[in-house]
Amino acid sequence: MSDLPAGVERRAFDGRESLATEGESVYGEPTVDGWRKWDVRRSKLGAMLEKGMDTNLAGGETVLYLGAAAGTTVSHVADFSGPTYAVEFAARPARDLLDAAEPRKNLFPLLKDARKPETYAHVVEPVDVLIQDVATRGQAKVALANRRFLDDDGRLLLAVKARSEDVARDPDAVFEETLTALKDGYEILETRSLEPFHDDHLAVVARPE
Amino acid sequence: MNEADPSSGGWFENVDREDAESVTEAIRTGSAESPAAWPERAVESGFADERDEYYEILHDATVRATREAVQEAERSDDKQLMHSIRAMDDCERVANELAERVAEWAGSRHEDAETGVEYARELAETDDDDPLVSLSRRVRDLDDEADALRAHVERTAPEVAPNLSALAGPVLAARLIALAGGLKQLARKPAGTVQVLGAEEALFAHLRGRAPSPKHGVIFVHEAVQGTHPENRGSAARALAGKLAIAARVDHYSGERKPELDAELAERIERIQARDVDE
Repeated sequence: MSDLPAGVERRAFDGRESLATEGESVYGEPTVDGWRKWDVRRSKLGAMLEKGMDTNLAGGETVLYLGAAAGTTVSHVADFSGPTYAVEFAARPARDLLDAAEPRKNLFPLLKDARKPETYAHVVEPVDVLIQDVATRGQAKVALANRRFLDDDGRLLLAVKARSEDVARDPDAVFEETLTALKDGYEILETRSLEPFHDDHLAVVARPE
Repeated sequence: MNEADPSSGGWFENVDREDAESVTEAIRTGSAESPAAWPERAVESGFADERDEYYEILHDATVRATREAVQEAERSDDKQLMHSIRAMDDCERVANELAERVAEWAGSRHEDAETGVEYARELAETDDDDPLVSLSRRVRDLDDEADALRAHVERTAPEVAPNLSALAGPVLAARLIALAGGLKQLARKPAGTVQVLGAEEALFAHLRGRAPSPKHGVIFVHEAVQGTHPENRGSAARALAGKLAIAARVDHYSGERKPELDAELAERIERIQARDVDE
């Protein structure tokens, strides 16, 4: 079991232990002494940490987060990271992302298309960690296109959603295809299913190659 | 602005940090091929005194730019779509009404007069300076306007409601949103209400005890209902309405595209259509 990054702790909420980060409440999550419960069922990165994957996160990293949605996960990431760039494509969830970003001075929201990195490369600096959780076809392509942001010894933390690629196909076949495509630019370090927290998702840790 | 040399430009280059408008514009429309150590460059170039100050400016700039972009996107949203679809229906209805008048009028003059918008279009092309031809031209223009509005609805409905548009088709999606009074209102309706939206007259007749309950409202035009044997159309309409209600909720509350909804609907309808019917 690898260590949690600094700034992420196990805390008791209503007598049950859960991951937590310290920061301003965002989406009505339970808080105790300023620590916000990080619900791993609502967060693929949270599930990766809960499952003890070796994410290499120490805390304080510079982060590019693709697929920030309403900011649930990225708000926790910003709580324990350095400069955190959050890219989301859809306007409606981005409205909530703004509420998460407002009080977090190190969280920079961007309404951009993760498939077009050139539209935000003039804002985003090179990062230690690339976190990707996008619900679109071509998830490997997105990861490869955004490799340009990642430092040579950085990490890609990727949640592959099988149903985003092809709802009808067998998830394992989708995962295999995605991993093969990823190898065009990444060395895969670890993969793990996110069951029982998230169905049909494969978590991947990789580094640029 | 940094369009001149997109390969090297950070968003802050040639931007006056005190000018909020040019700052948001630079974030929103700028581009670069690759990232660079922007914080260091910003300090070197004198844009910011130190890294922390740069991040402060960047935070305010990205929040403002994103808020602006979100508001713009939402302004072009469901209410605009409702106006478009209603205008489209108005144009079609009036074009048809006037085409009827044209047909009646033309029938008093020509033995071989036909009916409909198509015939009015033919008349509109004739080279006559005549009130009947002039009226025909109004029909043609209204019909063209309806086509243009339909194209507009087909383009914008998927932006407003991606899942509902994928399941229902953009025009039916827009019609459901308009009947409900908005995407939010549609998202809050139970599936049973979605099923009979547009069949209010029949529904109230039923509630007054004078008629059987309507099986479907505007969703009747959907392939899932049309392509199902009449005996099973009630089931098909119920299944379709259920999925459409879910799609509207996903569109309103998350906005994220969920392709699995398409597959679930297809599967349900396939099962219903495979049922035996008494011929």
